[in-house]
Amino acid sequence: MKMEGEEVRIGIFVCHCGSNIGGVMDCKALVKYASTLPDVVYTEDNLYTCSEVGLNQIKDAIKEHNLNRVIVASCTPRTHESLFRDTIQEVGLNPYLFEMANIRDQCSWVHMKDKEKATEKAKDLLRMAVGKAKMLEPLEKIKVGVTPAAAVIGGGIAGITAATNLLHQGFNVFLLEKTNQLGGIINRLYKLYPSNELGTEFIQKKIEYIQNHPNIEVLTNATIKSVYGFVGEYDLEVEVNNSTKKLRAGTIIIATGAQVLDAQYVQEFKGENVINQADLELQLKNKTFDAKNVVMVQCAGARIDERPYCSNICCMTALKNALLIKEQSPDSHVTILYRDVQTLGTKYEETYQKARESRILFVKYSPEKNPIVENDHVKVYSELSGGKEISIPRDLIVLSTPLVANPDSKELAQFFKVPLEENQFFLEAHVKLRPVDFATDGVYVCGCTKWPADIPETISQAYAASSRASTVLSHETFEVEGSTAKILDKSKCVGCEICIKICPFGAIIKNEEDEVDIIQVLCHGCGTCGATCPHKAITVSHFTTEQIISQIHSFGGD
Amino acid sequence: MNFEPKILGFLCNWCSYAGADLAGVSRMQYPPNIRILRVMCSGRVDPEFFFEGFLKGIDGIILTGCHLGDCHYLEGNYEAMMKFDLVKRLLSLINFENRVRLEWVSASEGKRFAEIVTDFTNHIKEQGPSPTRTDNPDPVLVEKLKALKNAAGDQRLRALVGRERKITEQGNVYGEVISKEKFDELLNLAIKDEFERHWILLMLQKEPKSVKGIAKELKIDSSEVLKHIVSLRNQNLVALERIEGLSPIYVRIGEN
Repeated sequence: MKMEGEEVRIGIFVCHCGSNIGGVMDCKALVKYASTLPDVVYTEDNLYTCSEVGLNQIKDAIKEHNLNRVIVASCTPRTHESLFRDTIQEVGLNPYLFEMANIRDQCSWVHMKDKEKATEKAKDLLRMAVGKAKMLEPLEKIKVGVTPAAAVIGGGIAGITAATNLLHQGFNVFLLEKTNQLGGIINRLYKLYPSNELGTEFIQKKIEYIQNHPNIEVLTNATIKSVYGFVGEYDLEVEVNNSTKKLRAGTIIIATGAQVLDAQYVQEFKGENVINQADLELQLKNKTFDAKNVVMVQCAGARIDERPYCSNICCMTALKNALLIKEQSPDSHVTILYRDVQTLGTKYEETYQKARESRILFVKYSPEKNPIVENDHVKVYSELSGGKEISIPRDLIVLSTPLVANPDSKELAQFFKVPLEENQFFLEAHVKLRPVDFATDGVYVCGCTKWPADIPETISQAYAASSRASTVLSHETFEVEGSTAKILDKSKCVGCEICIKICPFGAIIKNEEDEVDIIQVLCHGCGTCGATCPHKAITVSHFTTEQIISQIHSFGGD
Repeated sequence: MNFEPKILGFLCNWCSYAGADLAGVSRMQYPPNIRILRVMCSGRVDPEFFFEGFLKGIDGIILTGCHLGDCHYLEGNYEAMMKFDLVKRLLSLINFENRVRLEWVSASEGKRFAEIVTDFTNHIKEQGPSPTRTDNPDPVLVEKLKALKNAAGDQRLRALVGRERKITEQGNVYGEVISKEKFDELLNLAIKDEFERHWILLMLQKEPKSVKGIAKELKIDSSEVLKHIVSLRNQNLVALERIEGLSPIYVRIGEN
């Protein structure tokens, strides 16, 4: 659909992405091919199209060649579409007159050994992008009002920090905690590394601060029952002590944390007096610890087929607790059986040095030959002595078990329609570019909800998530996606109401004139209504039937 | 000759497309035959799109969405499943049902995405090139595909499939819940009807024909054709043109 009286003038920018694309396929050939495609009036290749230089080249070309459609063939629209859209908008082009061809993530990176076919594929992808670009229409984004309050889910250190940061910035906060007490895992810990501060003291100060703050409502024993709405206006139904409470928040921070795996669930190391590090901390805290020979087993229940990940915090936890044992009862022997010791940064490395100097014994084992727990000793096959069997006396075994995702994380993820990764931790929008965001606007994540993290890391993530939330909260309105459903042709609608019933967001209604109408701000732009309408009276902007069919035809070849 | 199939993939933005990106980030290698077309939700994929693809000589089409329950739009993938089921039933009339596939791929399943694409590509290689891919495809097959496309685009099947979940899960306006088996039975009858009717319309578009003439080409009973003609006349899509000897000759009227 051309804009009235205007010819389509497409500019194509092919990105080398250093050698990521350029090293696999022939970008020059691609540019040459692009210039032969219909309606294409300008082509060039860039070393990095997303660099300052590349973006300026796009802007210059739009001005110089009067481009009204821009295609960038590079990485994925999931990370870079917004950048390029902003760029073309800077020189007055509607941001929706932009299309991307994913020739890196879905081409050069997955066909690295077949340069010729990768180049052929990229040509097809470019042709399909042109097929779509020539049909693109300008769209306007919709503005929604923002409720200047955040709902922080989870009252552990992550949630408390995020809430505190938002309070400092003057926003209202609802802090929802599933249990009857704030503080989370830290309540059970003894001393914290690297500060050596008592866990309870550390967290109590923070809890007191927020509990005395006028702009926060802390809800303990709270369970989320339903979530409705969108960025700027999330409506939550929360059950608190058998009564239902409704609250509205502009943004959501998910900070539900994780759980320490219980020692009894680790099949490999069963026996009498086998506990995990959290149990040990309780003993140290309550001064009930009285073992003489302690053996710690690292990676217990982690880095195995069932749980292939590294829990990140266990090395430092073990070192800290081993040193605390030495401090409390200097005559005790502590042995740490490890697969790899990871102590990141100089501060943590110092702790490792100190542990060695304190005569804590380290024995490396291999997962192919796990240590065997006996009643009064542990048999370990030292990897550094060629698998030689060593017998270590023990009266206590402490397993460094991993943090595991909360069992209700799936339910929570479904409330907000955000993804989980394979170990059921929450999956951020992009590990590097958007580490505390989700693809869903207005929902953020921090701390162990996302991945096992220690306290310093959790705190930085909580600051990050709350500052991301404040970018929404600090505005009176927020712009949401403009590609929403639209009635194509009122005369085609027979009023069957199928669209009304299949729309999961209640965005399609019958208005006062008894005509089908769309509430744009409620529409999430999935387009299911368009694929369903028996009379094709409705479609979704930016993914119209004509645009998609044009892409299909461009691939198939006319 | 080495057959390199043309494969089209419809991927939902939130799960499958992200999964495909992750396959790239993880440098998983898979055959270079697939061309990915991004849609926001698998529920966006109109049944017609499949037929548009096959008419253009595409050898295989795969649709992937979020796992059931994980849909970014809550239930779009359930709708995708209903539509895909219709597509498969329609395609089975021309033995094309093995050229399509529906899979769920999450944003974290890069490896699974690569495996699925590899498997589907090999599967299509085994199927051989689509008969529509040659320079001179069998004209009857092309007509059939066009008839299927029009049937998929027409109101009757769309309305049925659009109501499928409501009718089989919550019940119709009278509160009757129709079993999935019963629904499928109705759907299959409707599919057969609509396919034949749209084929008849295409035939009459080219030249006016008698019931017998149509029956001969369609290889179905004349009484069936007559029923279709009656229905199509009622919808003002077909009219009597002339009587030749004792046989009425019908012609296509109105818009497409």
